[in-house]
Amino acid sequence: MATNEGGFQPPTISETHLPEIFPWMAEWGTGFGKNMLMVILSVIVISWFFMWAIRKQSLVPSRTQFIAESGYGFVRHTLGRDILGEKHFRQWIPLLFAVFFFVLVNNLFGAIPGLQLPTFSHAGPAYALAGIIWIAWIVLGFRTHGPKFIKLMTVPSGVPKWLLPLLVVLEFLSNFIIRPLTHSLRLMAVMLAGHIIVMLAGSGVEFLVAQQGGLDGYGLGALILVGSIPLYFLELIMMVLQAFVFALLTAIYIQGSIEADAH
Amino acid sequence: MISASLIQAAEGDANPLLPNPWEALVVILGFLVLLYVVKKWIAPAFEKAYQTRIEAIEGGLNEAENAKAEAEAMKAEYEKNLGDARAEASRMREEARAEGAQIVAEHKEKAAVEAARITEQAQQQIAAERASAAHSLKAEVGSLATQLASRIVGEALEDDTRSQRVVDRFLADLDADQSAQAGQTGAAQ
Repeated sequence: MATNEGGFQPPTISETHLPEIFPWMAEWGTGFGKNMLMVILSVIVISWFFMWAIRKQSLVPSRTQFIAESGYGFVRHTLGRDILGEKHFRQWIPLLFAVFFFVLVNNLFGAIPGLQLPTFSHAGPAYALAGIIWIAWIVLGFRTHGPKFIKLMTVPSGVPKWLLPLLVVLEFLSNFIIRPLTHSLRLMAVMLAGHIIVMLAGSGVEFLVAQQGGLDGYGLGALILVGSIPLYFLELIMMVLQAFVFALLTAIYIQGSIEADAH
Repeated sequence: MISASLIQAAEGDANPLLPNPWEALVVILGFLVLLYVVKKWIAPAFEKAYQTRIEAIEGGLNEAENAKAEAEAMKAEYEKNLGDARAEASRMREEARAEGAQIVAEHKEKAAVEAARITEQAQQQIAAERASAAHSLKAEVGSLATQLASRIVGEALEDDTRSQRVVDRFLADLDADQSAQAGQTGAAQ
């Protein structure tokens, strides 16, 4: 943290990359860090919670089972059935469920004191997850439509012939290159911004109270502390919303792949 | 100050757009493990719970539907039975009334016949008694009158034929007298 005597120095993005816990594999980059630990933790937490909640499968659910069923039902109906349609949605429930809760839990880590780091504020995890979905989207498209899938995805119907060369290039870029990037960067940017705000507020309060002191230092510090509370809740909303958006886009891409010929 | 740090961030070793490949790898592996767990255990369990609940609810609804239909059938049967019973009761009442009326009529008729029979019998008896009384009176009055007359006029009237004629004339007169008297009495009554 910035502790020079001259003045306040805001935290830099480098500081969102925490020092590794184990210097394992350090020669290829970084070692095993907090972020990776939290990814593994999220997998364990999600698996354990839902398996524990549904273990009884009682007809009249307990409170835990009810909460778990609400989460499952939300993914099943809002993300699955409403977007993919009654015919196809069943086989995609596991993917949508895993995507939504994986992103949600990893985002919420940013709101838990002590952990306080949304996994997807780093580019690597966001690229990885969006990449998996991108590959799934393409594989599904080719399996459903064969090689025609490329044509369906790049050649828009009903446009003048002379516009086609331009549009084909644009469509290809838009669907195959830009789409996975926006899919991942949207999530990463929002989580990173939220994380930086938390860091900034935290280090600012620390600086004002511990370094500067005095009436204005304590006053401003208290003000920032109070102001960070609504920001915290805003962040919370953002975390849930981004998880929803990420899973929603996943569902929309899959739907586009299944019914590419309908557009 | 802030712009300086941003430049530093953009130029420095921590460009936020550059991924850490090991983090990416951990996420890929973690996500695939999660996907497997969800596909293998979590989703089937929830689907099963969901399905059982739907079946339970639909089964309950069907049962309720059946029970309702049964109750309605029963009610219809009860109402039919009740109607039948009412009709039976009213028929029986009607019958009883008719029977009662018939019995009364029979009794009336029987009583009337009996009364007529009794009356007739009484009249016959009266007539017979009257006839016998008249007969005995006729004989007695004749002998009494003869006796009386023979005592009054002595043996002069020993001749049977003559006396018989006298007696007959006397009785005829008496009869005429009597019937005149009866006519008078009937007229008076």
